Amino acid sequence: MPRHGGPGVNEKSKDFFGSMKRLLKHLSPWKVIVISALILAMISAILSLIAPNRLSDFTDIITEGLKPNTEKLEEITTRISASFSSENLNEKIPMILADNEIKEQDKLALREALEGIMWIEDQTEIGKKLLSLPDSILIELLEDITVDDTVISKEDQLACIQLMTSATSQSENEVLQLLDQLPKSIYELVKPKIDMDLVYRYVFFLASLYVISAIFSFIQNFSMTTVSNLFAKKLRSSISFKINRLPLKYFDTHETGDVLSRVTNDVDIIAQNLNQSLASLVSNITLFIGSVIMMFITNWIMAITAILSSLIGFSLMFIILEKSQKYFNQKQTELGNLNGYIEEIYSGHNVVKAYNGGREALEKFGTLNEKLYVSNRKSQFLSGLMHPIMNFIGNFGYVAVCIVGALLVMNNHISFGVIVAFIIYVRLFTNPLTQIAQAMTYLQSTAAASERVFEFLDEEEMADQHGIKKHLDKSKVKGEIEFQHVKFGYDPSRTIIKDFSVKVSPGQKIAIVGPTGAGKTTMVNLLMKFYEINDGDILIDGISTKELSRENIHELFCMVLQDTWLFEGTVLENIKFNKEHVSEEEVWEACKTVGVDHFIKTLPGGLHSMLGDTDSVSQGQKQLLTIARGMIENAPFLILDEATSNVDTRTEELVQKAMDKLTEGKTSFIIAHRLSTIKNADIILVMKDGNIIETGNHDELMKQKGFYADLYNSQFEL
Amino acid sequence: MIKLLKDFSKKDIIFILISAVLIVGQVWLELKMPDYMSSITRLVQTEGSSMADIMEQGAYMLACAFGSLISAICVGYLASHVSSSFSMNLRRKIFDKVEKFGTEEIKKFSTSSLITRTTNDVTQIEMLIGMGLQLLIKAPIMAVWAITKILDKSIEWSTLVAVCVVILLMTIGVIMIIVMPRFSKVQKLIDRVNGVIRENLSGIRVIRAFNAENYQTNRFEQVNHNLTSMQLFNQRCFAVLMPIMNIVMNGLTLGIYFIGAILIEKAMMGDKLVIFSNMVVFTSYGMQVIMSFLMLAMIFMMLPRASVSAKRINEVLEEKIAIQDGTFDGETEETGTVEFKNVSFKYPDADEYLLKNISFKVNKGETIAFIGSTGSGKSTLINLVPRFYDATDGEVLVDGINVKEYKQEALHNKMGYVPQKAVMFTGSVKENVAYGDSIKEPTEEEIIKAVEVAQGKEFVEKMVHKYDSHIARGGTNVSGGQKQRLAIARAVARDPEIYIFDDSFSALDYKTDATLRRELKKYTKNATSMIVAQRIGTIINADKIIVLDKGECVGMGTHQELLKSCDVYKEIALSQLSKEELENA
Repeated sequence: MPRHGGPGVNEKSKDFFGSMKRLLKHLSPWKVIVISALILAMISAILSLIAPNRLSDFTDIITEGLKPNTEKLEEITTRISASFSSENLNEKIPMILADNEIKEQDKLALREALEGIMWIEDQTEIGKKLLSLPDSILIELLEDITVDDTVISKEDQLACIQLMTSATSQSENEVLQLLDQLPKSIYELVKPKIDMDLVYRYVFFLASLYVISAIFSFIQNFSMTTVSNLFAKKLRSSISFKINRLPLKYFDTHETGDVLSRVTNDVDIIAQNLNQSLASLVSNITLFIGSVIMMFITNWIMAITAILSSLIGFSLMFIILEKSQKYFNQKQTELGNLNGYIEEIYSGHNVVKAYNGGREALEKFGTLNEKLYVSNRKSQFLSGLMHPIMNFIGNFGYVAVCIVGALLVMNNHISFGVIVAFIIYVRLFTNPLTQIAQAMTYLQSTAAASERVFEFLDEEEMADQHGIKKHLDKSKVKGEIEFQHVKFGYDPSRTIIKDFSVKVSPGQKIAIVGPTGAGKTTMVNLLMKFYEINDGDILIDGISTKELSRENIHELFCMVLQDTWLFEGTVLENIKFNKEHVSEEEVWEACKTVGVDHFIKTLPGGLHSMLGDTDSVSQGQKQLLTIARGMIENAPFLILDEATSNVDTRTEELVQKAMDKLTEGKTSFIIAHRLSTIKNADIILVMKDGNIIETGNHDELMKQKGFYADLYNSQFEL
Repeated sequence: MIKLLKDFSKKDIIFILISAVLIVGQVWLELKMPDYMSSITRLVQTEGSSMADIMEQGAYMLACAFGSLISAICVGYLASHVSSSFSMNLRRKIFDKVEKFGTEEIKKFSTSSLITRTTNDVTQIEMLIGMGLQLLIKAPIMAVWAITKILDKSIEWSTLVAVCVVILLMTIGVIMIIVMPRFSKVQKLIDRVNGVIRENLSGIRVIRAFNAENYQTNRFEQVNHNLTSMQLFNQRCFAVLMPIMNIVMNGLTLGIYFIGAILIEKAMMGDKLVIFSNMVVFTSYGMQVIMSFLMLAMIFMMLPRASVSAKRINEVLEEKIAIQDGTFDGETEETGTVEFKNVSFKYPDADEYLLKNISFKVNKGETIAFIGSTGSGKSTLINLVPRFYDATDGEVLVDGINVKEYKQEALHNKMGYVPQKAVMFTGSVKENVAYGDSIKEPTEEEIIKAVEVAQGKEFVEKMVHKYDSHIARGGTNVSGGQKQRLAIARAVARDPEIYIFDDSFSALDYKTDATLRRELKKYTKNATSMIVAQRIGTIINADKIIVLDKGECVGMGTHQELLKSCDVYKEIALSQLSKEELENA
């Protein structure tokens, strides 16, 4: 039988766009929320794109503060050296020589120096000579100067000159360290300055950008989660609703597990993926496009570098992705096989033991286990590669951006901040690509899952009943039923009930007998209008069932089937079922009639005890409970399946008594297993291979010496 | 958990050690990279540095990245090998152990639980080993190493990283504490939704017959609502996580830059450049510290689940098997006899005996039947013969030898056992009938003959590929009666000394039941049969009928004898057949 392979993430849909379109249409009640969530996702993505740009500006501000203000320094030095110009010297020297406070020794040095200068042309040499003069004299040569409103004292100027002269032919770093020793007034003018006000502004701006973006993405997450869960709820409800509207034929030809997996697995896949992938797709596409645009706006050479370097990695990754997908699917199948085999062996454990099947089982398990191991290892390895490769792409992009960026910085095409921005752009650019790829596979499986759900929702429903006007009142029905030339087949091309006619008077008992698989439930299906007959008619009190609604017919019948159906709920709920007006006393009365009252009293909570699908309640007691449920229904017709296998003798007696009570005064159809019932029946329908082959009462049928007689006699043989 | 890990083979351990070394190398390379990053930064910043220098540093960094990639690939290969071979061996070990289990142990665990223990639980541990092994080695090394790299750089930055780590871990922790207990509740609610739908489907006829569609829909809406609101709560909690993580990560970079700006502003001119390049490096180290803590958090999230699984697996592996193999290989003078000598039985933990003081003997070629209400102990009794359980007191003898002395294989070779619920295996009809190891493999003719005796010829030959037709998993493509007939054919094909039918006929209709037993009797004249039955008709002609009531033998004899002497038997008989019918038979 073809079955859906368990829904997995990797499944491909048949009509991706069709299914997605339909899915979106189903989302329309939440249109406003979804669209605003998507817009928020987009905004939040755009915000995170702006951030690196600002961050790059921020870096530039910091870099500003790294280098000393060399222009200012030059300005100061030139102003200081102006003091040593010949005019100034000529003016100052006589005054110095006349100054009594200056030592004679120093004056002597000055005179010597001046004599030396006479013959020297080179200005720097002159400077050197002058600078070697004693401080007392140099101080006299200088005068306080004002640069940018800062007064630089003679002493400071002196210190500065001396520092500068020692600075020549030293490494840059040492120069910087020397600069730190500059006198305070000059240092303040020269030292690198970060505009701290601007820094605060940027930090504030960026921080609020991050917070706003986070708030947006939270709102978007929150609302998408809400929508997808409500959507899942709605889907589940509509599946549950649909179950009620499908003809029984559907359930007889489809597996329970199949419907179940649509309700849970498929709906879950849709909800989960919708939640994750829709918003992620939007924000990542925004990020992707946005980052490309931003990169090109910032610098096109860098942009091309970044894109090219990531693309190389991505092509590699997609190859691996494709391959690992294959092994993942394989692994899923192998796991399923192994699981199935284990289940088979464990549940047939006794047989495996008794037939010495252990060796064979272990061998077969070994091969399946080995197969799983191989595909497991491969898929694990390949999927494990994704992360390191992503990392490498990131690093590769980083280096590429840095090198090209450095080249451009050196040629003064860009500032350092651009590199910082690009380091982030590379990350923003590579991330969305993987995310988009992932979102696409998620959407694929969403489409596949929703296809299965929609397929179920699209199944043809039972015939419309709007035209039906007639209604039989339960209390007024006499209980007559007539089959007129009924023809029926589950498959229209294969009629199994060929031409069946019988008339049943009110209060009669009809026994349906036949070997297992003879199609006794077919009678139930036709009487209850679970299936429509192909030809002929079934009349209740002379009215065709075709003119009655299904609900009306169901109302007239009380049905107790062999597979005792109880649901998880209290004993009371199970017996009352959907009859809300029934009082507890009436339920108790029914239980007494059926004889299940003693049992209910032994339960810890009496009528209010919970019935799980297990333990304390035996098969026979379950049967009694379902009979009690039938008692309350109290309809003019009865359909009863007598089979009481797996019930111990004493309970069986109780069940039989209860069944006899139930049939009192009703027109009853009994799938009979007890000879006493069969012999007492007014009409016996003998079924074989789906068809009714003999009709009559016990004596008539025995006389015919047909199939029935054969069947009856066989139980006394050995 | 640790107990399980002891099972690593030498090869695995070597692989793990190699991985550890590779991971250390990988961490070293990854942590080296920011150094090169900072050199590159410095070079770019410094005027006059040559392009060649930058290229050189870039090449080093790429080499590191590539080396780390290669090492990661190697580690991935080794880890996938270690984890999947570990899980393969573990699965085999569990399967092997369960094979040795007796019915008692299987019952104790329940089949479905054993299945999940063999597959899902192993997968949990495999995941932990595959990912966890790498993360567990990598994360601490990474964290410690990255921390030492940044600690001496600046106390301000280090504090910032620490704060970020704490915020992240706290957020994850709080969400986990809120959400974790609800996860198991969600699972239960999903089961409820499934349960109600399953109810709706299995009871669809009843529901429609009672016009109870709306009633059921309301029930479903209730559980649907509960599930949805629980899911909503959980997922909404998680909606907080990503934005917070983003804020923290972005905030870290911003914070480091901000602190950097202040530090640079304050610093002496000679130090500024150093601080700047430190800042750039710190951003990436800080990120790495956070990442490694996230990795650790991930492991701690995986660990509880895996350790629960490990516990469940260990329970299976450490289970003491009650039934131990004997040494006797099965050659006996006497054949076809089964004798119970004062046999009593109770489950190990139970107070009450299920069987009390049962004694009987059945000889070659005879048929013995057991009847009684449910819970009377008939199935338990018959299960003592193939040693699914051992008698608590007394002896069970097959061919004069206590069953405990037999090698189980030898004992089982003597019998053909047919359970109450027929078991089918995936494979052809033929494979199913010839199932298991016996003294002599049945030939093709013997298989066909066995199917014929079991009244399966008609339906098997109607199947498309006849005896080679495929039986689906669990035998879903054949009916209950057909399965039962194939199960009987399986016993017949073995040509055993002793047949054991554990209520194997109740799925058949009277007619097939009768013919089958007649044919079987003809075919297996010399074999002994032990039959558990519910229908009087099935056992009416047995040589000896034992009537059980609450574990005690209340009557023994033929049908006619018991009708006269045994009240319980009479009661059972009368509930099924009328007086005349009983007498006529």
